[in-house]
Amino acid sequence: MSTPSTADIFRDGLLRRNAGLVQLLGLCPLLAVSNSVVNGLGLGLATLFVLVCTNLIVSLLRGLLVTPLRIPVFVLIIAALVTVVELVLQAWFPALDRRLGIFVPLIVTNCTILARAEAFASRQPPLAAGLDGLATGAGFAAVLIALGALRELVGRGSLFAGMDLLFGEAAAGITLSLPVDGLLLAILPPGAFIGLGLMIAVFRWQQQRRDTSADTATTATPSRPTA
Amino acid sequence: MSTQAPLLRGLVALVIVAAVAALIVALTWRAAAPRIAENQRLLEQQQLAEVLPDVDFDNRLTEARLSLEGAAARTAGVDTAWIARRGIEPLGVILRAVAPDGYSGRIVLLLGVTQGGEVLGVRALEHRETPGLGDAIDIERSDWIRQFTGRSLDEPARADWTIRRDGGAFDGITGATITSRAVIRAVERALLYFEREGAALMHTPIPTDVDAPSDTSQSVEFSEPRP
Repeated sequence: MSTPSTADIFRDGLLRRNAGLVQLLGLCPLLAVSNSVVNGLGLGLATLFVLVCTNLIVSLLRGLLVTPLRIPVFVLIIAALVTVVELVLQAWFPALDRRLGIFVPLIVTNCTILARAEAFASRQPPLAAGLDGLATGAGFAAVLIALGALRELVGRGSLFAGMDLLFGEAAAGITLSLPVDGLLLAILPPGAFIGLGLMIAVFRWQQQRRDTSADTATTATPSRPTA
Repeated sequence: MSTQAPLLRGLVALVIVAAVAALIVALTWRAAAPRIAENQRLLEQQQLAEVLPDVDFDNRLTEARLSLEGAAARTAGVDTAWIARRGIEPLGVILRAVAPDGYSGRIVLLLGVTQGGEVLGVRALEHRETPGLGDAIDIERSDWIRQFTGRSLDEPARADWTIRRDGGAFDGITGATITSRAVIRAVERALLYFEREGAALMHTPIPTDVDAPSDTSQSVEFSEPRP
């Protein structure tokens, strides 16, 4: 397996096989936590950190890994990193930690992380593996933040509420509030499914349009090849 | 040898990863533990102070904790009391009361009461009420919980300790009648307990040594109903 280019790594992680919108991995935290921007951002950053570190470590150790024992090693690495993240949040961001609650320790069960360790990092040099973690994590975090923004805006009529939990008192003023109450459904669990469904639909539709225009640009005749 | 060597190498990797992971988690814990403990103490102190607004106490509330045991406390749904004092004079009591009959399980309340049995403040500490409906008991979501301030068992009369829809004196939360009733009943029960046991509670000796560790809280038994 040859090492893909940096551009390809990022295009893959952010778009082509985006964890949230294409691979549909890590849906449990994605759906549960995405009821505001700050929650999405907090969990997104925590997941990103674990992904980058796991990929780096797995890649550095790849010469030592043997097939029957690789999964326990991956799980150990991921579990240790998640524990560290949880302790750091509890110690330095207690308010955010209380809001994210159980979903910080549950990062350990996010299959995106195990999937990238297995499918990519264990076969690639450290730099590529780290970049892949960054791209995949950024792609996942982007979906979390976008869904959080959508649900917060529709459900509560506000945006960026509680950012001071993450960035200190200075960020308390950036909350935008609409003079409306918001549609309750959006912040309830069904709102998460509906919101994510809509995002996936729009994403697929955009991709399809791009693919079709690429098709017509490359083929001389407008007749589509039979599938 | 040739088939066992890779497995042995893998085992070595597993052991090393386990040892390093344990070390990193241990080091993070050592750095974070004091801050986590301090965060918890601060949170408790802040939550307690919030239900005793404008009370000029000078003791550390987190160290003036009494565990309430016995049939009377159990029936009233109160499990912990904190005594606010100035010098040795008790100024008020905070009770932790549990409403077992919330819409989604237990609602844990903190309730600050003056010596005379007047409510100074109530806050919902833990609950799993429906977001957007029942979570209006949360001070961050609405001012509903403030209506208890200034109330006592005489104001309103006992018969009026329920929501207006049931002919009482308290506002209900639209769409969360069960939640509203549960909270009102829990506050009422706690006040009844305080009426009966409050005097004894406030004169229970508590170690005044501020340097004492916080687990010096002691248990009091108020099981004998008085005539």
